[in-house]
Amino acid sequence: MSVAKPLPHDSAPLHVTGAARYVDDIPMPAGTLHLAFGLSDIAAGRLLSLDTGPVRAAPGVVAVITAADLLFENDVSPSSHDEPLLAEEAISYLGQPLFIVVATSHLSARRAARIAQVETEAEDPILTVEEALARNSRFEEGPRVYGRGDVAAAIEGAAHRLTGRLEIGGQEHFYLEGQAAAALPQDNGDMVVMSSTQHPTEIQHKVAEAIGVPMHGVRVETRRMGGGFGGKESQGNALAVACAVAARATGRPCKMRYDRDDDMVITGKRHDFRIEYEVGFDDNGVIAGIDFTHYTRCGWAQDLSLPVADRAMLHADNAYFLPAVRITSHRLKTNTQSATAFRGFGGPQGMLGIERVMDHIATRLVKDPVAVRRCNFYGGGGTEPRNLTPYGQQVTDFILPDLMSRLEETAGYTSRRAAVASWNAENAILKKGIALTPVKFGISFTLTHLNQAGALVHVYQDGSIHLNHGGTEMGQGLFQKVAQVAATRFGVDISAVRITATDTGKVPNTSATAASSGSDLNGMAVQNACDTIRTRLADLMAGRHQTLPSEVIFKDGKVHVGSATYSFAEVVAEAYVARISLSATGFYKTPDLAWDRIKGEGRPFFYFAYGAAVTEVVIDTLTGENRILRADILHDAGASLNPEIDIGQIEGGYVQGAGWLTTEELVWDDKGRLRTHAPSTYKIPGCCDRPDIFNVALWDAPNNEATVYRSKAVGEPPLMLGISAWSALCDAVQSCGETYADLQAPATAEEILAAVGRAGGGGAD
Amino acid sequence: MNITFRLNGETLALTDVAPTTTLLDWLRETRGLTGTKEGCNEGDCGACTVMVTDEAGARALNACILFLPQLQGKSVRTVEGIAGPDGTLHPVQEAMVGHHGSQCGFCTPGFIVTMATAHLNGRTDHDVQLAGNLCRCTGYAPIIRAAEAAAGSPVPEHMRDAPPPPAEKPTVAEATGSGGNSPAAFQPADSDALAQWYADNPDATLVAGATDVGLWVTKNFHDPDQIAFLNGCADLQGVNVTADEIHIGAMTTLTALEPVMEDLHPSFAAMIRRYGSVQVRNAATIGGNIANGSPIGDGPPALIALGATLHLRQGDRRRSIPLEDFFLAYGKQDRRAGEFVEKITVPRQPDRLRCYKLSKRFDQDISAVCGCFSVQVEGGTVSRARIAFGGMSGTPQRAIATENALTGQPWTQDTVRRAMAAMSTDFTPMSDMRASADYRMQTARNMLLRCWHEDAGTPVSVLEVRP
Repeated sequence: MSVAKPLPHDSAPLHVTGAARYVDDIPMPAGTLHLAFGLSDIAAGRLLSLDTGPVRAAPGVVAVITAADLLFENDVSPSSHDEPLLAEEAISYLGQPLFIVVATSHLSARRAARIAQVETEAEDPILTVEEALARNSRFEEGPRVYGRGDVAAAIEGAAHRLTGRLEIGGQEHFYLEGQAAAALPQDNGDMVVMSSTQHPTEIQHKVAEAIGVPMHGVRVETRRMGGGFGGKESQGNALAVACAVAARATGRPCKMRYDRDDDMVITGKRHDFRIEYEVGFDDNGVIAGIDFTHYTRCGWAQDLSLPVADRAMLHADNAYFLPAVRITSHRLKTNTQSATAFRGFGGPQGMLGIERVMDHIATRLVKDPVAVRRCNFYGGGGTEPRNLTPYGQQVTDFILPDLMSRLEETAGYTSRRAAVASWNAENAILKKGIALTPVKFGISFTLTHLNQAGALVHVYQDGSIHLNHGGTEMGQGLFQKVAQVAATRFGVDISAVRITATDTGKVPNTSATAASSGSDLNGMAVQNACDTIRTRLADLMAGRHQTLPSEVIFKDGKVHVGSATYSFAEVVAEAYVARISLSATGFYKTPDLAWDRIKGEGRPFFYFAYGAAVTEVVIDTLTGENRILRADILHDAGASLNPEIDIGQIEGGYVQGAGWLTTEELVWDDKGRLRTHAPSTYKIPGCCDRPDIFNVALWDAPNNEATVYRSKAVGEPPLMLGISAWSALCDAVQSCGETYADLQAPATAEEILAAVGRAGGGGAD
Repeated sequence: MNITFRLNGETLALTDVAPTTTLLDWLRETRGLTGTKEGCNEGDCGACTVMVTDEAGARALNACILFLPQLQGKSVRTVEGIAGPDGTLHPVQEAMVGHHGSQCGFCTPGFIVTMATAHLNGRTDHDVQLAGNLCRCTGYAPIIRAAEAAAGSPVPEHMRDAPPPPAEKPTVAEATGSGGNSPAAFQPADSDALAQWYADNPDATLVAGATDVGLWVTKNFHDPDQIAFLNGCADLQGVNVTADEIHIGAMTTLTALEPVMEDLHPSFAAMIRRYGSVQVRNAATIGGNIANGSPIGDGPPALIALGATLHLRQGDRRRSIPLEDFFLAYGKQDRRAGEFVEKITVPRQPDRLRCYKLSKRFDQDISAVCGCFSVQVEGGTVSRARIAFGGMSGTPQRAIATENALTGQPWTQDTVRRAMAAMSTDFTPMSDMRASADYRMQTARNMLLRCWHEDAGTPVSVLEVRP
């Protein structure tokens, strides 16, 4: 059986030889043109005049396109039609595209894009939370509020109370392959688009609007992305639309890729958050009531900010029962890049809020933070049920107490915590910290209708199988996992199955490959299509052998019917001759979802994925420099479809999450210019930043819900295991003094040194 | 201009090449070899790594900031040339597949070339070798497992690139103006030729390793009228250690400097290992690091702390100045028209140098503060202190007031704390995206305290803590 085998990524042999093609690697017809955007140099104001004469006169330039040249829709928003491809009058952020240069080479387009004569009238930009609140600049009419119970009374009546505030920085995706797209004009006004996108249907939709054709006039193809992480859910729209518009205007193929600096300046990032909290709790640290306020800078356009902010609210509980709770969420509109999807989609920010509260309570009560976490867990004894989330969904499979116990044991948490304390007593300058934090992450798109998927499976006469589904491959191993499902349904070797580029002409109306849903949704849709064909084959063979279809067994490349055995290819050949269709579509929709996002009530999630991590760190109290020494992770992927691919997601997610909370700092200046717009200034983790000791294991138990082979989604949840690194840094900082250190995020060396000072410690000054 | 080099075993002679064409653009756009990827176009991600071989051996370089003329007479191997001619995967390729070392695969070609080069050179310090390759998917663990697994396998024969073809040596001929808007380019064969030409063409751009000039071209579209590539000037390369001095040729790469410093001033060597990445250090030269006058270069503070002398040449005229005197103000150096850095000399001395590089990320990052301390102590008293910083002012700069507060005083924590206070006389640092002014000042002071603690045997480096 192919499922559950640790097979390598299907493209691995292509990756290692350089033969795997990304959009910019696809050979293009002669005469292909290259595009670049000319960008705004102010964060807010009006475009008074745009003289593109010098641009048109530059070497290699074929055409220049401004907003006035657009014949149809000037919009690339995935949500609310508020995101012009090219600025008309209003300029909303520094880096906003103003015009498109169409040239004979990538380099000439980029060069020419800088020489337009742009006259603008600058206004005071809204950059900060304070400025946005002062000018009531927000999406939606006012803050969204979820919760239950009399929060004020619960806090007031508690033995202990705390308030706090946590700034949480955003995060640049830094997919290694920048945004890229290409458009090839077809006859009849149609367009074929190749895009590095997590959402081919959205590209199709926006391109169709922009060139004035129905969606059937546009076909979008995505073979693979060089990383996505949410950054290619909507941020590829602009390039694909620009290419299609230019291709329509010139009649020539057009290609566009962002230079890395342009990519970072133009595209949205993870939302930064400010989280304020007031919490009441008892002597053990058990929370009686908690009041969270989220402020998030959404940037200039709505994009996906509302569901991101919703998901942050839906993870404000993480693994903890909150008897009385209020979560107030302000979605602020600012003159910055439009913040967008990023692995976890608001969940990490919401979760960091409550994990911070746990550490704060533990510091106040001078308790082991793990003890405080445990006594707030969902479930447990007592007369009152403690399994209801703030939004009214029952937590029915809460495995974290057992999972945490096993991890505490395998990681040696208790003894290492003691060892850290004695190490710290002996070291004046360097201090260690250790933390164990859990993750409970809700799986499903909170926009319920997106929880659907389609597939198309062909079996050819020679027994080889070709399949497509709506999911896109961005490195997560989706194609291989889904191929393993198909191989298992037909009982054939994985080599018999080929998945080709995701194509809107093969599977229509797809959802983005997002929300960790890729294998859950597409695996099921493919299983459904395979079973349709398998049933036809079984019926045929059962009829020939006068037995029941259920007696026809597909296994090890063979088909067993009674005492007879055929190769799979023989059965397929017979079916072809018998004029039986060997092609089928498949479909799946996630059951049992019901969610009212305005009221904040219902069942937004099909199930939860769990995990926990222990991280040990060391800090330097003279400089704030710090390292992760060791991480131990136990993560729940259900009955894994491919354990090695899942472990890869966990290792990578952890490091990416730890990067978000440590070295990855986005800095804008007071003009709204992003100062960290290249890898020289924005620092994702490097090789030596991974933990010296890095133990990752899977919690091996099937999903309670009927997912594909009882597996669980694994794309996003592991990112939040990185919170344990931040929490361990809090622990190390707190060892420097009694005063609450109030560490913020990201915990750069500078922030850590400041927190050491706040704690009352530090070797100097 | 005309360039002869070898690509994946095949000798190529290119004519009429625009001299600022990068190898990456040429590979992808002209040659159609798209395995080599563009991740950042500034030498910071390693996705474009290629292997370049010459008399000095094989090394990894970033193709995005490598101009074609720099390849004159060398051999280049791209990811397409790592598997055997019959398609047999290289051991590092096999291991990367088997250990799930690729996810999205976009960084993978760069990793493969870096790993194959390290494998060829017998290097097993994987964290150092791979510090210049960024991966956003895997968290690196499976890549390191793959590198470890492949380490014992024999080197495939095709990886040992033949000596470069006996092509025309770089000529001392007339500068060749090539087609279009290309600048006139010159490739001197030695420093005499360079001196003469540069004295006559003082506005030309000099290219040593191109790790800085490369970015002027790829990011700022710098379009020099005249350009000279110094890679042919063998007499400017190399380190010569005499009884009294260390002579460092201006074209000495950081890679070549590291082992010399490992013997003489190991703290400097340790900092060099955090200077850029393997790919950057294989290209970047110490002369370039000084001549570009950056306030945040890591070489100058260490060399100033060692009391280095800078040797400049203009035509046949030579002069020597203390290195710290070269840096006049931000963006302004004491360099006359047509004058270039010829070498640096460092007096031999007992090793007391401590170099502290502070950056957001340990590897491949530009310093927020770089502090270098050489405090000589005799009989418990500071007999001489030379302290220099990068990142604390518009130039690399000595901390004179701090030095004075130490000199002649007992080497105690009290003295150190008084000297720390003096640092505000020396510096008024600025705030930027790397660090705030306050943090810079606080950590610059604390570095002196760290120096004292380190001297007393107290553990002070998180890099040396093991789990």
